[in-house]
Amino acid sequence: MANLKAIRIRIASVKSTKQITSAMKMVSAAKLRKAQDKIVKLRPYANKLQEMLAGLSQSLADSNVENVYGRVSATEKVLIIVITSNRGLCGAFNSNVIKEAKRVISEKYYDQYHSGNLSLLTIGKHGFDHFRKLKMKMLPERNSLLNDLTFDNVAFLAQQVMDSFTAKDFDRVELVYNQFKNAAVQNLTSELFLPVTAISDGKIKAVPVDYIYEPGKEEIIQELIPKSLMIHFYKAVLDSFVAEHGARMTAMHKATDNATSMIKELTLLYNKARQATITNQILEVVSGAEALNG
Amino acid sequence: MKIEIITPDKKVFDGEVKSVRVPGKKGSFQVLKDHAPIISTLDSGPVILVSPEGIETVMEIAGGVIEVKANKIILLADSVK
Repeated sequence: MANLKAIRIRIASVKSTKQITSAMKMVSAAKLRKAQDKIVKLRPYANKLQEMLAGLSQSLADSNVENVYGRVSATEKVLIIVITSNRGLCGAFNSNVIKEAKRVISEKYYDQYHSGNLSLLTIGKHGFDHFRKLKMKMLPERNSLLNDLTFDNVAFLAQQVMDSFTAKDFDRVELVYNQFKNAAVQNLTSELFLPVTAISDGKIKAVPVDYIYEPGKEEIIQELIPKSLMIHFYKAVLDSFVAEHGARMTAMHKATDNATSMIKELTLLYNKARQATITNQILEVVSGAEALNG
Repeated sequence: MKIEIITPDKKVFDGEVKSVRVPGKKGSFQVLKDHAPIISTLDSGPVILVSPEGIETVMEIAGGVIEVKANKIILLADSVK
């Protein structure tokens, strides 16, 4: 029978682990709510922008607007932006993104990878550490972005990516990240960031109104396209950020559950061991008394 | 007139105004009641709101775009100080 003291120590240790995981779960839940708030606040801006773009592209259907972000050329140089997290303890969150990024590389950009024309930009420490070990071509990491996630910071990075696209440093830019579905489920997403061919995604239809356009339709559309790209980028980072907290919450919830059932098992074992020792002791006393009587 | 000032991070302002002056790309202009529908891009500069009681509020924006339609103004600002 297992040592009583050892079991007692074990129970105490599992209990304190459980306290930690349940505290982490609460923290993640609070952070999740805060992050979700950001997405909700982004929505009116994003929708309105899409609506304006839809209206503009409808009225501009025949004329050709010069769109520097729509340059389609032979895919020679590729940039893949991998969004992971800075911290661990969030289940398969990071490994899923990394796996997906590798799948995209091997299925779509194998040739570019072998000719050394594939670069990676990682947001999040986990992705960075992983791909650095594989000696991939990396742009400087942007892990601190996740510590202070504001539109301005993300827009700054998005602008750099867009600039390097227009400067023909890259022909294609692809995003790989976890899209938030609910706290337990993340949709692994890989999507094309640049080039953009369709000016509006067609989801939101604009009501035709005769607007005065100042300075002119083309100028406005040329200013709105980079804005909508930035929103796209920001939304991807936010989505991944929310998904991270959701994943961590679920992981911590499971850990707490596991600890609870472990404590239950250990307590049962402890009680059995205790009972056995008592029975043994009684047996000794009784048999001793018996021996005296006999 | 109803105006909403929205940035990607939050809704900055939502309420009734008598007039708005915005820094348009082609020069600053004022929007009063029954203004014709317009979409204009904005430079960085001050947005001056005049409430129905005549109180002025000034906000510094870093560029954006404004849409005026049927006495409803939506101003998408990049950021507001």
